[in-house]
Amino acid sequence: MANKIARVACREQDPKVRATNFEEVCYGYNLEEAQLEASRCLNCKNPRCVAQCPVSISIPEFIGHVLKGELQAAADTIARDSSLPSVCGRVCPQESQCEGACILGIKGEPVAIGKLERFVGDWKIEHGRTDDQRPTPNGHRVAIIGSGPSGLACAGDLAKLGYEVRVFEALHKVGGVLVYGIPEFRLPKERIVAREIDSLRRLGVVFETDTIAGRTVTVDSLLDEEGYDAVFIGSGAGLPRFMGIDGENLNGVVSANEFLTRANLMHAYDGEYDTPIYAGSRAVVVGGGNVAMDAVRTAKRLGAEATIVYRRSEVELPARVEEVHHAKEEGIEFRMLTNPIEVLGTDKGWVRAVRCVEMELGEPDESGRRSPVVKEDSEFEIECDVVIMALGTSPNPLIAATTEGLETNRRGCIVADDEGRTSREGVFAGGDIVTGAATVILAMGAGRRAAKAIDYYVKAKK
Amino acid sequence: MYKILYKRELAMGIWEMRIEAPRVARAALPGQFVIVRADEHGERIPLTIADYDSEEGWVTIVTQAIGVSTRKVVALEEGESLIDFAGPLGRPSDFVKEPIEELRKRRFLFVAGGVGTAPVYPQVKWLSERGVECEVIIGAKTKDMLIFTERMSAVAKVHIATDDGSAGFKGMVTALIRELIDGGAKYDEAVAIGPMIMMKFVTLTTREYNLKTTVSLNALMVDGTGMCGACRVTVGGRTRFTCVDGPEFDAFEVDFDEAMRRQGMYRSLEERANAIAAERAAGHKCRVGLDK
Repeated sequence: MANKIARVACREQDPKVRATNFEEVCYGYNLEEAQLEASRCLNCKNPRCVAQCPVSISIPEFIGHVLKGELQAAADTIARDSSLPSVCGRVCPQESQCEGACILGIKGEPVAIGKLERFVGDWKIEHGRTDDQRPTPNGHRVAIIGSGPSGLACAGDLAKLGYEVRVFEALHKVGGVLVYGIPEFRLPKERIVAREIDSLRRLGVVFETDTIAGRTVTVDSLLDEEGYDAVFIGSGAGLPRFMGIDGENLNGVVSANEFLTRANLMHAYDGEYDTPIYAGSRAVVVGGGNVAMDAVRTAKRLGAEATIVYRRSEVELPARVEEVHHAKEEGIEFRMLTNPIEVLGTDKGWVRAVRCVEMELGEPDESGRRSPVVKEDSEFEIECDVVIMALGTSPNPLIAATTEGLETNRRGCIVADDEGRTSREGVFAGGDIVTGAATVILAMGAGRRAAKAIDYYVKAKK
Repeated sequence: MYKILYKRELAMGIWEMRIEAPRVARAALPGQFVIVRADEHGERIPLTIADYDSEEGWVTIVTQAIGVSTRKVVALEEGESLIDFAGPLGRPSDFVKEPIEELRKRRFLFVAGGVGTAPVYPQVKWLSERGVECEVIIGAKTKDMLIFTERMSAVAKVHIATDDGSAGFKGMVTALIRELIDGGAKYDEAVAIGPMIMMKFVTLTTREYNLKTTVSLNALMVDGTGMCGACRVTVGGRTRFTCVDGPEFDAFEVDFDEAMRRQGMYRSLEERANAIAAERAAGHKCRVGLDK
């Protein structure tokens, strides 16, 4: 019988303290807390949470194992469907997926599925089986382009099937967006990301950094010259968008990608590292997604007064609820229904302010959200010295442009079916490069489905 | 890790290094660049490719030690390694895709300034190997700062210009361009690579002669693959990314003033980093955290 107690709160760093450091915000549950929270699960016969999970993790089953303290069994249950529980437990938008569907959420608070998943994932990293799980090689080789969530998931599954897997990463560190995009205070790099990647190395996966697909190697050179049986493209949506307004090339205007890459990949916030970063004394971040929250909280930690400017209202913010909540606790200013129309500069070409207009919500657009409309005569300026554009990203065209016969759509995404098959034989793709910017879990799911399809393809070819 | 096979000082503070990088060497073409990192704490710095041999698997870079990161690169010795060497990046020079017969009908004038002489070399070499005639102006402040003059002379007709007249023509490369053209030399195309200010003035000059000119921009970059947009430059009124849309652009379309201003985006931070590095090198350990 389920325990009718309130949702167990997760211990967190004090907002005032954490707004000045890059340590993880949330400490996560200990075993006692996890078991207490697990006791709230109703173990529904038709679990709505599972239906809402993009990779259909057997949520009540793993929670049942947590309750009984069977943590290896809980980890094995999750592993059937997800290869990155420590990551997804931290970054999934649970409120619109599993937790959003939880029956308990109708009258009260849903089970903290994300925090429990994270607990199990972290336990697995610390205590799980680490014996050499290297399977017997099946004699086939697969090249994976990109070491983000989809590539890692695809690599892991193929390695378990006995494939010789080599992952090509353009940057100098493995992990893709987990390393360059999501900040340390939300997803620890050494303690979590690097350890998840180490578990793939134990399966025999080889990583080759500094290798840019479309430049250093091409899809065709991998297939024809290097003799891979198949190629999986998981190169992500890496190109930053800008608004196209006047003043956007002033000094002090950066993309969130640049700002976060400097902080996360290059450790620019740490004096031991050489890469500079500039957050100014007052930073305005344009956008309302997770990347915007990451950028604004990073700017705050670097000592700037930091403001979010978003053209719709707070309910429409696409960021995870927890990130918005954390940002507010840390003293981030939110200016909703506000849209920049020009960046204003000093005579030396540095940012001095953003000129904005006020917006109001009109009729719903095709996405179902009420579209923002400009209020007449509402122009005003926000003084600032840094503007960070967090307006979303689009796929990098480098691979499609250098691979003949690889079909793309009008948004520049590679066209692939649900199993990742592209218009080119032996070439598979998944994650943001196919869907446009989405979530870690969707990319991971796509990578795993493509692994199945690659296995089927290679074995049928024999 | 990418081993330094060979290293020597070409001029004061300008170093040539031959790096073992088989994949980059195999894929490299004229006009492209690499991103290197000296060590775990280092910046990713874009450097132009000065030479490469796809069979022997090496790439040559030429670095002028001007900041913390470039000094770290040149401080490494033969036998040591760069931690990262990624490339080739950027689009190859446009002429690489043109029919050789067409190229042979044209006469190229390359204008190289300072360290920018190094990336001119693979372009001229590539053209010369295919029987395309090139002339190269190599400019520097003074004789001791000239680089690549011998190598270049082996593949093209070379003109030297020094500001102080210690070698060749006395004066700026722009004055030499005028002298050559006014003296009857005919060129169909110019390529200028060097400091941004030099490329700006070369462009102002060649525009007067309506001589089609290409420049290779050395914008700030982080990833070099199109991800960050630090290298934004306005070309023909449109924002382009130097790393993936360039580095070479039609010179007449480039907003040089904006490009120069954007190069200075982190200058005060770099100066600070330089000062901290100098203090550390002198054995000073900061006790109040000013070096953080």
